[in-house]
Amino acid sequence: MSLRIIWWRFKQNKIALASLIVLFVLIIMALIGPYLNSWGYSEQVLQKTNQRPGIEYWFGTDSLGRDLFTRLWYGARVSILIGIVTSAVSVSMGTLYGSISAVLGGKIDEVMMRIVEVFYAVPFLLYVILLMLIMEPGIKTIIIALATVCWFNTARVVRGQVLKLKEEEFFLAARLLGAGKIRLIVHHILPNVTGHIIVMFVVVVSEAVFVEAFLSFLGLGVSVPKASLGILAKEGIQGIRSYPWQLFFPAVFISLLMLSLNLIGDGLRDALDPKIAVKKRAEL
Amino acid sequence: MRYVLRKIISSSITLFVIVSLTFVLMHLIPGGPFDSERKLPDSIVKNLNARYNLDKPLREQYIIYIKNVLTGDLGPSIKYENKTVNSIIKEGFPVTAAIGVAAIFLAVFVGSLLGVAAAIYRQRWPDYAASIISTLGISVPGFILAGFLVYLFAFRLGWFPPALWDGPKSMALPVLSLAWFPTAIIARLMKSSVLEVLNQEYIKTARAKGLPMSYIVIQHVLRNAAAPMISYVGPALATILTGSFVIENIFALPGLGKWFVLSISNRDYTVILGLTIFYSTLLIVLNILVDLVLAVLDPRIRYTKAKGAGL
Repeated sequence: MSLRIIWWRFKQNKIALASLIVLFVLIIMALIGPYLNSWGYSEQVLQKTNQRPGIEYWFGTDSLGRDLFTRLWYGARVSILIGIVTSAVSVSMGTLYGSISAVLGGKIDEVMMRIVEVFYAVPFLLYVILLMLIMEPGIKTIIIALATVCWFNTARVVRGQVLKLKEEEFFLAARLLGAGKIRLIVHHILPNVTGHIIVMFVVVVSEAVFVEAFLSFLGLGVSVPKASLGILAKEGIQGIRSYPWQLFFPAVFISLLMLSLNLIGDGLRDALDPKIAVKKRAEL
Repeated sequence: MRYVLRKIISSSITLFVIVSLTFVLMHLIPGGPFDSERKLPDSIVKNLNARYNLDKPLREQYIIYIKNVLTGDLGPSIKYENKTVNSIIKEGFPVTAAIGVAAIFLAVFVGSLLGVAAAIYRQRWPDYAASIISTLGISVPGFILAGFLVYLFAFRLGWFPPALWDGPKSMALPVLSLAWFPTAIIARLMKSSVLEVLNQEYIKTARAKGLPMSYIVIQHVLRNAAAPMISYVGPALATILTGSFVIENIFALPGLGKWFVLSISNRDYTVILGLTIFYSTLLIVLNILVDLVLAVLDPRIRYTKAKGAGL
């Protein structure tokens, strides 16, 4: 299905469109937010710890006297960056793996899918934790660890789609005309699974942001004084008794980010599969 | 029966891969377990290595480890002289299991209730309420919710203790935080599957016979709509178990999750290794059980799975 049709259908969905705008605003703020006032993200003013939100510090300060407004947007940028890069890497890996498996078919397909199945049964967070222990802590490590475990689902979805495509006439025609395997994948399969890839991309971004927050919470993610949404939430919870705003702002940001990503994902899924959307409307 | 056997065999292979993979990963970690700020004399390190079989070649260590795991011995803790992985599991697992089981029951109960209500009262307030709750559930991470629950119910209202493990009252907030996400997913799954069942011919027949709606829902709809929800219970258990790492830390519960996180920050390799294997085994066994329940409840699944064996 062409991207233009998907986009047209997506636009009809007011909630999804609004979520896209919200997401856009959040990303813009993450890009420019840290520069909107004069504090640096790791700049400590030890006389002004745990300040309430006010004119001097818009979102207050943390226990080391760091400006939380700057830290929030800085952390958001780190989290979103991790989400996007992880998703791009793992979705490409999954797409490649899934389409190769489906195109080759037969025994190779079976073996490749068995491998995915074995990994799929493993609680992947445990493995991310082990991988994080092996490698040097840092943003790059998180991305590598997440990408190695996030591609299985994409591989399965893409393989399923390709198997469906293989039954179609245009594919048969292309094969009869002597198209090679690589040409089949690049020219005939990839354009037809773009929609599904975009959906997977959105899903994995939200997964990766979530897992990064989880890891940072366990002390395995981004290392201080850098910030990420997980670190901010952790520091917020530590001071929840006396300084609730330290959790409030990162919590609102994470929730808005997750909410918009989820709703965009739902909207895309409906746009991709008009049959479901029509059925939904009939049911409503 | 063949279906069950197949499942068990493939799960054993998965488990074997998990054990080997974890073992290899743990030995890839740079530095030995006895590296610390204060350098130990070489002779002590040598003795320690000998005690934990670390002086043998890797292949031999692996064989010893597999043998021990097969006999249910997950080895000692490197950091705590008087603890073994087994004793840690014995100590921490009851706590984790208590909140985990409570959370899964809560999620299944509340989630199904929300889903069924949303499907039956479509486009009326129960539907809107359920969809708001389930959207919040997948958007607000459990540990964020935990923070707010502590602030509101423990510090502001003082209804529940903010942390520590004494009595059922201290279970309330952690269980709620753990059940939060799975409840949302189950509500969504139930709504769509109940809607599907409500459109079936046999429901129309039942209504035409004049049966009351409550009877139809309990007798016909729930039975037929439960399958997607039950098959989600496996992944939900995984979510709850890994969620407990964070939740047990926030609420300072002496569960297995807290031990796991502690051994991560202590770099207590044998405990990490042992607990990872324990968690994986537990989840895989539970998954088999869930599949079995599903097959017993729904003959259609038994048939299609046996036919389309594998993938």
